[in-house]
Amino acid sequence: MINISNAKLADGSVVDVEIDNDLISKVTKSSGTVSNGSIDATGQILLPGLVDLHTHLREPGREDAETVLTGSYAAAAGGYTAISSMANTYPVADTAGVVEQIYRLGKDAGLCDVNPIGAVTKGLSGEQLAELGAMADSIARVRIFSDDGKCVSDPLIMRRALEYVKTFNGIIAQHAQEPRLTINAQMNEGSVSSRIGLPGWPAIAEESIIARDILLAEHVQSRLHICHLTTAGGVELVRWAKKRGINVTAEVTPHHLLLTDELVENYDPIYKVNPPLRTEKDVMALREGLAEGVIDIVATDHAPHPEEDKDCEWQAAAFGMVGLETSLSVVIKTMIESKMLDWSQLVDRMSIRPAQIAGYKTQGQSIQAGSVANLLLLDPSASWQVDRSKLKSKSRNTPFHGMTLPGVISHVIYNGKQTVIAGRVLNMDGDKNG
Amino acid sequence: MITGHLLSAADLSKDEALNLLATAKELAAITDGPNKKLPTLRGKTVVNLFFEDSTRTRISFETAAKRLSADVINFSAKGSSVSKGESLKDTAQTLQAMGADAVVIRHGSSGAAKRLADTQWIQAAVINAGDGTHEHPTQALLDAFTIKQHLRAKESDLSGVKVLIVGDILHSRVARSNILLLSKLGAEIVLVAPPTLLPVGIDKWPVKISYDLDSEIGECDVVMMLRIQLERMADSFFPTEREYSRRYGLNSARLAKLKKNSIVMHPGPMNRGLEISADSADDLKSVIVDQVKNGVAVRMAVLYELLGGAPIGDSK
Repeated sequence: MINISNAKLADGSVVDVEIDNDLISKVTKSSGTVSNGSIDATGQILLPGLVDLHTHLREPGREDAETVLTGSYAAAAGGYTAISSMANTYPVADTAGVVEQIYRLGKDAGLCDVNPIGAVTKGLSGEQLAELGAMADSIARVRIFSDDGKCVSDPLIMRRALEYVKTFNGIIAQHAQEPRLTINAQMNEGSVSSRIGLPGWPAIAEESIIARDILLAEHVQSRLHICHLTTAGGVELVRWAKKRGINVTAEVTPHHLLLTDELVENYDPIYKVNPPLRTEKDVMALREGLAEGVIDIVATDHAPHPEEDKDCEWQAAAFGMVGLETSLSVVIKTMIESKMLDWSQLVDRMSIRPAQIAGYKTQGQSIQAGSVANLLLLDPSASWQVDRSKLKSKSRNTPFHGMTLPGVISHVIYNGKQTVIAGRVLNMDGDKNG
Repeated sequence: MITGHLLSAADLSKDEALNLLATAKELAAITDGPNKKLPTLRGKTVVNLFFEDSTRTRISFETAAKRLSADVINFSAKGSSVSKGESLKDTAQTLQAMGADAVVIRHGSSGAAKRLADTQWIQAAVINAGDGTHEHPTQALLDAFTIKQHLRAKESDLSGVKVLIVGDILHSRVARSNILLLSKLGAEIVLVAPPTLLPVGIDKWPVKISYDLDSEIGECDVVMMLRIQLERMADSFFPTEREYSRRYGLNSARLAKLKKNSIVMHPGPMNRGLEISADSADDLKSVIVDQVKNGVAVRMAVLYELLGGAPIGDSK
């Protein structure tokens, strides 16, 4: 039994919450007193646990960068109670065997749901469909399929994939990047890339695929999800598609809500990411898109890389940034502080909507009796300075190092069990006090 | 006097650039004498760290360093630890351990010189000898020196000189450095290229853009032809080398349209018959050989200033 006293909910009401086993058993108007042995949540906000639909865990194959366990530590620390591991592991998550392995490793870690995303094509080659049905039928019950890191660029393969997953209400999450327009591309194509002499990655390389896939999704009446939208033009296209009633959803990453390509000026590969950081105009369009609901959700695209892959010259460096632990704070900074979202809308974009899209039934539930107890407690008035050496992830490649960000997570509860207690992640550093 | 590193032509103020050119002129006068060597950098070690093949730039830096009595180590990536997978960081730390005072780096990756200077991998002065498609600041300095020598020997800067830069601007580190430096020194710059070889956002640069060489050639004081890489044709930047040559090459007909005192430049190595015809390259208006000669003097000046050599007068 866990009791939480004096917690403010997203709607502003202040409540006491009682958790019995894995369920919320009681939510009552706060008595104003903190009973013995309960968590004092005075001044804090209680939210449903966050749900990420875009996480790179690197296991199997690159356990030097991240494992399912260390990624789960990072997830818990960031307030996530469900994450979705992308398929670009070694071997690729393109068979029932690999997705079941990842699913089991997630269960063993026990800090959040780890839901594998299956590859669309065998070996992410873009040529032949992977056994989507076998992954859907496996114990991992895969519903999201993505070749993320690579674009399903062949329009015929994309059409077939969209059609095929209708049998089990699956969804194709597209990494929109026209490969011919981005050969050797290193950063956003614009005035900065021209000045500093790095091969450019034009916005239209992303937008042309989004436009094509929206039309394909309409034609075959299937579900399309656009990964990490980064351009103002992409927001326009999704807005148009939604108006037209096409079944498309879209995500934006925290880093694309805050950072721009001006940061690449010094060639520090910490800012090297796929898709690339864009311009101020794009950042503003993404924020508006998220506020409006054109962009449905925030997804981290947490992409851990070992030190040597970033401590080098730009072109030799890997693409990607870790994001699980900073995601909520960056969204508070960009969306709550600017008053573009209120707390209920933030919960929608970071928990309810992603759970709906993916079909994660025990996640994104409202805070009421009978719901599964996946919760996080946050002090919204406190702030913290990001220190790369203190990340729970195995990798250190955060672009936010040194920044002071709002919102400090104190407790996280996953399936009725405390995974973060007073800011400490359960079972890390020999801490077994859960 | 410049200090620290030389990574970009943008690092130089107008005064610093003009001072460097003056130092180079002084050094050139000395090394034109019977004893070409100065003792000024004796005991200093200069490493030529070349990840790309470039005999011309490397021997120019090597000559410059040797004329100042520095010890020179040539490190080329081919057949070295780099071809066995060693990272730039480890190579840099190795050179640091060996006591390099200056590293002259040529690298295929834009920003490699800047990374070397910004990280703690090495403490030496870093001189950018060409990084990817970014910059080649000593080439711009030697071009400015050559233009001044021929067209503005008595004036303080390059005010009023009209420079045409023709060819693959998109991939050219020579063009980027020259645009920054020559415009800072007062020159007016016109870029001539097919639209495929001009970068996005170039309308914000301090230059005029033209797609038509013939309409510009009669107006300029300097025509600088850039080397065209043949692999660009495979990537469809232009249809064929013959078409490129017809539209953007310097040939005798275009040479004849140049003003009387105009000069022809090329950073080399040239594709004779492609971007420049043999008779243009060898014409009296061509100052291409002067560029090579001036390269040594300018690089001497850069090494001299960055490594804080003894005053030049001491050697006399």
